[in-house]
Amino acid sequence: MALDEIKIGGLGASRRRVEDNRFIRGKGNYIDDIALPGMLHMEILRSPLAHARIRSIDVSAAWAVPGVRMVLTGDMLAARNLAWMPTLSYDTQAVLATDKVRFQGQEVACVVADDPYIAKDGCEAIVVDYEPLPPIVNPTQATAPGAPLIRDDKTGQDSNVVFDWEVGDRDGTDRAFAQADVVSTIEMHYPRSHPSPIETCGSIADFNRATSKLTVYMTTQAPHIIRAAVALVAELPEHMIRIVSPDLGGGFGNKVPVYPGYVVSILASILLECPVKWIEDKSGNLISTGFGRDIYLKGEMALRNDGRILGVRMHTDSDHGAFFSDAQPSKFKIGLMHSAFSCYDIPAAHLTAQGVYTNKAPGGVAYRCSFRVTEAMYFQERMVQAAASDLGMDQAEFRRINLVRDDDFPHRTPWGFLTDSGQYGKCLDLGLEAIGYEDFLRQKEEARQRGRLLGIGISTMTEPLGAGNSREYDILGIKMFDSAELKVHMTGKALLRTGAKTQGQGHETTWAQIVAHELGIPAEDVLVEEGDTDTAPFGMGTYASRSTPVAGAAVAMVSRKIRAKARKIAAHLLEVSEEDVEWELGRFSVRGAPDRGVTIQECAIAAYSNMPDGMEPGLENNAYYDPPNLTWPFACYIATVEVDPETGVWDVLRVVAVDDCGVRINPMIVEGQIMGGLTEAYAMANMQFITFDEDGNCIGSNYMDYLLPTAWETPGFELHEVVTPCPHHPIGAKGIGECATVGGPAAFVNAVIDAIGDSGVRNIDMPLLPDRVHEAITQGHDVSGAPPVRSEP
Amino acid sequence: MYPSRFRYEAPSTVAEAVAMLAAVDGEAKILAGGQSLIPMMKLRFAAPAMIVDINGIGGLDYHRADPDGTYRIGALCRHADLEKSATLADAQPTIAAAAPVVADPLVRTRGTLVGSVCHADPQGDWASVMVSLEGAIVAQGPNGHRSIQVADLIDGPFQTVLAPDEIAVEAVVPAARGVRAGGYLKLERRVGDFATVGVAVSVEMSGGSVARAGIGLTGVGPATINASDAAAALVGTVLDADAVDAAAQLAAEAAQPRSDHRGSADYKRHVVATFVRRIGAQIQRSEQEAA
Amino acid sequence: MSTLYEEVPPSFAEDVPVRRVELTVNGERRAADVEPRLLLAHLLRNGFRLTGTHTGCDTTNCGACTVLYDGVPVKSCTMFAVQADGHEVLTVEGLATASELHPIQEGFKDEHGLQCGFCTPGMMLAAKALLEENPNPSEDEIRWALSGNLCRCTGYQNIVKAVMWAADKLGANAESDGADDAGDASSAEGAASNAGGEG
Repeated sequence: MALDEIKIGGLGASRRRVEDNRFIRGKGNYIDDIALPGMLHMEILRSPLAHARIRSIDVSAAWAVPGVRMVLTGDMLAARNLAWMPTLSYDTQAVLATDKVRFQGQEVACVVADDPYIAKDGCEAIVVDYEPLPPIVNPTQATAPGAPLIRDDKTGQDSNVVFDWEVGDRDGTDRAFAQADVVSTIEMHYPRSHPSPIETCGSIADFNRATSKLTVYMTTQAPHIIRAAVALVAELPEHMIRIVSPDLGGGFGNKVPVYPGYVVSILASILLECPVKWIEDKSGNLISTGFGRDIYLKGEMALRNDGRILGVRMHTDSDHGAFFSDAQPSKFKIGLMHSAFSCYDIPAAHLTAQGVYTNKAPGGVAYRCSFRVTEAMYFQERMVQAAASDLGMDQAEFRRINLVRDDDFPHRTPWGFLTDSGQYGKCLDLGLEAIGYEDFLRQKEEARQRGRLLGIGISTMTEPLGAGNSREYDILGIKMFDSAELKVHMTGKALLRTGAKTQGQGHETTWAQIVAHELGIPAEDVLVEEGDTDTAPFGMGTYASRSTPVAGAAVAMVSRKIRAKARKIAAHLLEVSEEDVEWELGRFSVRGAPDRGVTIQECAIAAYSNMPDGMEPGLENNAYYDPPNLTWPFACYIATVEVDPETGVWDVLRVVAVDDCGVRINPMIVEGQIMGGLTEAYAMANMQFITFDEDGNCIGSNYMDYLLPTAWETPGFELHEVVTPCPHHPIGAKGIGECATVGGPAAFVNAVIDAIGDSGVRNIDMPLLPDRVHEAITQGHDVSGAPPVRSEP
Repeated sequence: MYPSRFRYEAPSTVAEAVAMLAAVDGEAKILAGGQSLIPMMKLRFAAPAMIVDINGIGGLDYHRADPDGTYRIGALCRHADLEKSATLADAQPTIAAAAPVVADPLVRTRGTLVGSVCHADPQGDWASVMVSLEGAIVAQGPNGHRSIQVADLIDGPFQTVLAPDEIAVEAVVPAARGVRAGGYLKLERRVGDFATVGVAVSVEMSGGSVARAGIGLTGVGPATINASDAAAALVGTVLDADAVDAAAQLAAEAAQPRSDHRGSADYKRHVVATFVRRIGAQIQRSEQEAA
Repeated sequence: MSTLYEEVPPSFAEDVPVRRVELTVNGERRAADVEPRLLLAHLLRNGFRLTGTHTGCDTTNCGACTVLYDGVPVKSCTMFAVQADGHEVLTVEGLATASELHPIQEGFKDEHGLQCGFCTPGMMLAAKALLEENPNPSEDEIRWALSGNLCRCTGYQNIVKAVMWAADKLGANAESDGADDAGDASSAEGAASNAGGEG
């Protein structure tokens, strides 16, 4: 009797989450929940100015506050060669400022005290004398003649340009444009946004002088990378460093980089020889840690009158803040921007990109996104809407004409990616049917007669998820593979560890389901652990929707290694040759005699008690998985909206999402990921952004100005699926965590633009604040560019 | 996240509280709901030397009508008490309209109307509502009580004319000269956002026409705005579209908004006018339904 | 030095105003000596080690720190610990009994109403207060009541379903309790429909 896979919590089971058992009891173990004996507390003093020379820092009053144990400044760090640290993009970043401050909120000093209230008192007592310098808050200012040099610390850096980069076929694209009947153009700004998990960043460094071991509890999505970074920055031996990433209250890319607070807490612990805890406040998180986006995009599309796209040109101007610390694979300066238009059959494309320094916080993290694919797909779908509109074609029809057809795979995208599978047309049609496309167009027309503005927005896209492969993807030279280690105990229960790090995605639940699928061990018999570098196998962590494509594949592969060994044990127990052993879920049997069999559990005990001669005891193994390609999930998101023409306020009527992420390990969790992603998409389209005034003051450094939607505004979501298994992933799965955040924003924006179509407006930049929509309606012009830099007095 | 050090007192009578305030001469803050004060202290934008917590003072948590129709709201009456009241919509429609849109549901369980008015945040909702109702704050000091019109109470952003040793003990709305009608509309991007624009319109209808009107504006100036010219344009009318339109224009002119990340100054003025019209139309509709 | 004392050092008592607070937390009498500036959230977390009450923002927006204070949902980062003197506080740790989860906890798990789990304790306590006032809320009423609590992971849809799941279970429990006493059942039903009507 074969096991029922759903009953044992295998592939396809909407298994309830294991991790919830502690979270619903308030027994999670987040960074701030950890208290070590003798622990001190650290707070950071931040710069109030965006650009200023530091004349002096007087810390004497801070030392005098009773309960203050240490005050650290950039000079103290410089004496230990720790004032600067490397970023993820081969740049350097100040740990504590020594010469200048380069953005508002930059770390200037740290105070360690008996308790965080006192540490804050200490910070308040520090006196810093600043000489203000002119701030630069956008790429135009950064590249203007005579612009002040932000990075005067770098030898050879004589401008504020970080990079100039290009990819694609310039000549071929020029030829395509020469043949065009129509050339469509669009310009837009994707505003600075922040991943903003509800839990901020933090660390507890615990250096033990007696053992020379440094343990750091840290909010990190990539603990092994951090261990390597700490070894390099702090010049400590890597085997004496243990990084533990406890339960994370969300990550979304924010918890990938190394932040100054981590580094200083480590130094303080080494100097004070006791545990030092640093918990960032929300303002610190929003004002200084890894932002996403902040990029100006412009492009043109060469079109034939029959609706075919002949070619695309794109240019991006990206604002990286004061230090180039984008989280990105090393090869591609502007991330995977050139994955744009991958779902469309376009012969030629060319992309140029310039990045600049500004007096804003560094970051450029992959905020629920694979290295700028969010900007790429947003640009793509906004450009597509404008092109269809220029041709006078129906939005859906224009997409259908240009989507890559099912029989065209594998397909080389215009910028050279290889997509391997998809059913794009089916996905689009399912979405149109679900929303009732034709009906809605009629309703929209009727409403228009009565002065009401309804609109529909479509966004179709495929995106590359699951970095690597190692040939093309590395971070600071470390190749992007991942790992799993499986130990089957003698009673058939198992312990699984991976190099990924869950932040709410439910790895503790889903990884066990893959083991159940591969070995027939019930999921509830598999304990999953991640995040402790002393126990987990080396991996690159969780971001860019890479866990299922890479670590998840490693889980399947290590399970197969275990099964291969178990098969030998089964042959031994059944006294037949290995070739005569057949596998069904959870059990080996003798070919032709299915009643004669042994379960995987029986093999497990035999591995410790009755192994064949010459076989190593035990049933444990590990796997390092280097994917042959990225995975290419596909989606179609459709939103309908109503715009109030008097105020510019818009309300979402319906949202339909059709996602193809291949085989779904746990459909419940997949749907949870999609709904969460759609919510962040809605947030970006509607309210969520960080801007700066002309003095470089950050507007959006707390939840009063940086708005996350509540349950009240957030629309309901209607989810549908298409399943095209990934051809190269061991269980046919693809990434899903970020799809809706990547593809969703364009659906909302396209819908609003559609609703006000009579105005002739082709672009309003996100977020679509009521006043911007109102301006577009009443003035009949695009509302593009960063939201107001100038606040009138 | 970590307030500065302060001394804490929890008096059990208003008189005790007044004495405590008098003793420290302006260095103290009164803690009622604390939903504005404590966040400011956590950010260290405020660092009072002493906190006088009035939550232990009995008998201040009421809201009720006197027999003559005067409405009284005690200093410890929470926003949620007003939001959940079954009788308020008839007695005080403008207050009832505003109560559910103040801050968020959790803040409303602690925050108080009187505290919010005295906080004098230009983006606070209650001061506009009270201005539209010609409401007053009753303050108690060492020399007894005095009543201050809310329109006169606020003399700048986060500034009032209350003396350092005075405590606001209740808000008072005078009895209506007719049937009350009114509304409060607030443009916010999400629950708990500060108002981009908030408009309170209160009228008292007598014999089919407006006997008294008041319009207060939130978030469109350095302090709460009393759009008295706009309100005057409604008095004596039957609240017809032309009259409301005239009031809407005057209200927009009375606004002194500035452009910021919530919207341009022109846009905010436009929304003020739009909201006056919308509340006017709402009142019209309900009058017609009643008739 | 500390804002929170197990024992007040006599030498500090002069400069640092320390007060004793006594309160009931999850049904147990607790006491602590605290500086007045200590936030209630920090007393619960650091003083009593009830770390299920989280702090997520500095500005009273996120609601991760929501507890029930004399039965009323409040943001415990926006009250001082001294204000809890003589009062009752319920935290997430007090929702379940030794043997049984609260239906709201079951609902959050069953409907996948949480991902990272950070906002969950606050959400559940706000939901508990809602269901006590309105045992049969509509989707809009749930969304409205939870609009002081931010969630970054779920998109709220499953949170709404979780609260409805709990309402159904609590309703069913009330019915089966009522089966033993017909008089109570009819009055409970009456209360439910009244509450629904008000919303």
